[in-house]
Amino acid sequence: MKRYIIEKSKVNEWLKQIIKSTERVLAPVKDGEKVYFRPITSPQETDYDSVTTTESAKETVFPRTETLFRFKTEGKDTTLSEVSAESYPQTVLWRARPCDAVGFLPLDAIFNWDYKDNIYNLRRAKLTIVSFSCNTSDSCCFCTSVGGGPGNTEGTDILVTLLNDERALAEVVTEKGEKLISLCPTLFKAVESDEDKSSALAKISSRFTSEQVQEHLKNAFDSSIWKQQSARCIGCGACAFVCPTCACFDIQDDKCGRDGKRIRCWDSCGFSLFTKHTSGYNPRPEQSMRWRQRLLHKFSYMPDRIKVLGCTGCGRCSRACPVDMNIAEHLYSIANYNHEK
Amino acid sequence: MKNNIYLPYVMTIDRIIEEAPGVRTFRLKFKDKEEENAFSFRAGQFAEYSAFGEGECTFCIASSPTRKEYIECTFRKAGRVTSGLERLEEGATMGFRGPFGNFFPIEEWKGKNLLFVAGGIALPPMRCVIWNILDRRDEFGDITIVYGAKSENDLVYKQELKEWGERSDVRLVTTVDPGGETPSWKGEVGFVPSILEKTAPSSANSIAVVCGPPVMIKFSFPVLEKLGFADDCIYTTLENRMKCGVGKCGRCNIGKYYVCKDGPVFTKKQLNDLPSEY
Repeated sequence: MKRYIIEKSKVNEWLKQIIKSTERVLAPVKDGEKVYFRPITSPQETDYDSVTTTESAKETVFPRTETLFRFKTEGKDTTLSEVSAESYPQTVLWRARPCDAVGFLPLDAIFNWDYKDNIYNLRRAKLTIVSFSCNTSDSCCFCTSVGGGPGNTEGTDILVTLLNDERALAEVVTEKGEKLISLCPTLFKAVESDEDKSSALAKISSRFTSEQVQEHLKNAFDSSIWKQQSARCIGCGACAFVCPTCACFDIQDDKCGRDGKRIRCWDSCGFSLFTKHTSGYNPRPEQSMRWRQRLLHKFSYMPDRIKVLGCTGCGRCSRACPVDMNIAEHLYSIANYNHEK
Repeated sequence: MKNNIYLPYVMTIDRIIEEAPGVRTFRLKFKDKEEENAFSFRAGQFAEYSAFGEGECTFCIASSPTRKEYIECTFRKAGRVTSGLERLEEGATMGFRGPFGNFFPIEEWKGKNLLFVAGGIALPPMRCVIWNILDRRDEFGDITIVYGAKSENDLVYKQELKEWGERSDVRLVTTVDPGGETPSWKGEVGFVPSILEKTAPSSANSIAVVCGPPVMIKFSFPVLEKLGFADDCIYTTLENRMKCGVGKCGRCNIGKYYVCKDGPVFTKKQLNDLPSEY
């Protein structure tokens, strides 16, 4: 990993160059009380105050609706056409958080563990992530309990840490990251020694470990804890929609006249229709079963099958929940609960 | 784009067969000869069928892999997509994406007796195996088929049932639920599990394949156990709701197993270790 120092006051100059040379730069933009990753045309639009954006960054590679192909019907005949690879824009994701960057790893695994999803892969190949270390956190953050941290470089292309003086440290993890540095070579000074960034990072204490959670989930399928935890869940799916790693989707046709497209759109295991058969039979008829699926999928099935945890500890699900279900609290109680009975 | 896993083959509906009220079989042919030549599948695999404009739905391939010139699917009109399929006429275009999932290990069944137990619209996935076996008849032992439906009219593949019934190398037992018979009905009357018990096929050197609605499977398993079938000699095919068919969309899993990847074919022994989410 290469390390560079840039003056904090020059960061916007660098961003300006990035905007100039990239098809699309997405950065946190304030919208009322909420903050979203949106295309920016000038550095000043970026919001640097928020802990995280309201929604995750997954939409850059897994949009809420994605055209899989188009069809055209004429009489009894239908012809198919594909979306051109050029239509997926070269994108820089600016001022993501370490928990955003690490969230791309489970997505990579889901879309490639067996069959390769090349629509996802094309978008992913065109994405460069510039994450910023967290110097602040809130009560929903729990990245350090799931193997992450406020200065974690996993999954990112560049991690920028705003140090306590006038300087910022850029840790370059990948070739893609190096390309962005090379846009403004004069702004960066390579540093050999390990610049200590720890004093510039938010303090987020670890309350449990994902290993503890995984161990306890082994015998938890029939536990009474799922009913307790989900008693007030209304199945709205907000947690899944804001989650950086939730990738369950539906496939639908959208047709207007003779033309149409097959689209995939976000879905959630929390919805009652998600697993319902045509016959009306539903293998997961109760909300508690759907909540169980959500947690087991992230903390048991994914580590088992695709060797990656389905949670980054970003806390968005807890912030978005309209009935105040806090996943970190649930995981803490799972890690400290005997499920044998 | 190279290898778009969501892009279906474009097929022509060559023939439509009315099987029962609301139930149709489509015989599909590839529009592209090269695709047809490169295509192959194994008995038990499933596919995603699409009516363009309505969406995709999942059925097992109902024709045998030994019949290479076409693919058949049988479906009941029950929702948006199957209603869309039902509106299509012979000569129309539809989509086919597959084959997906695992298959029945029929190479391991050579020399064994085979028992097929099916209910209602669940005969189609089994018909694929039955014809596969019948097309290679001398490699297998006795063949017994127990098939039931709500009423006489609801039995699918009526012509083929007649053909199987007339064969000396197949024992076919058909049944209808009480009240589903007509005065001329010559088959059994009763639910599949009890007729299976009455038929009492031997479990010696035998494999059982069970396919039907969850309730039929639930009550057939104890009967097979009573007849002496070991759990690893009982096969079924599960039909959890699916969208992608390739392990991405996240809705067909039973515990950590994906019906689309690890199934749809499971032995009862495997099911014993799975959580009850199917």
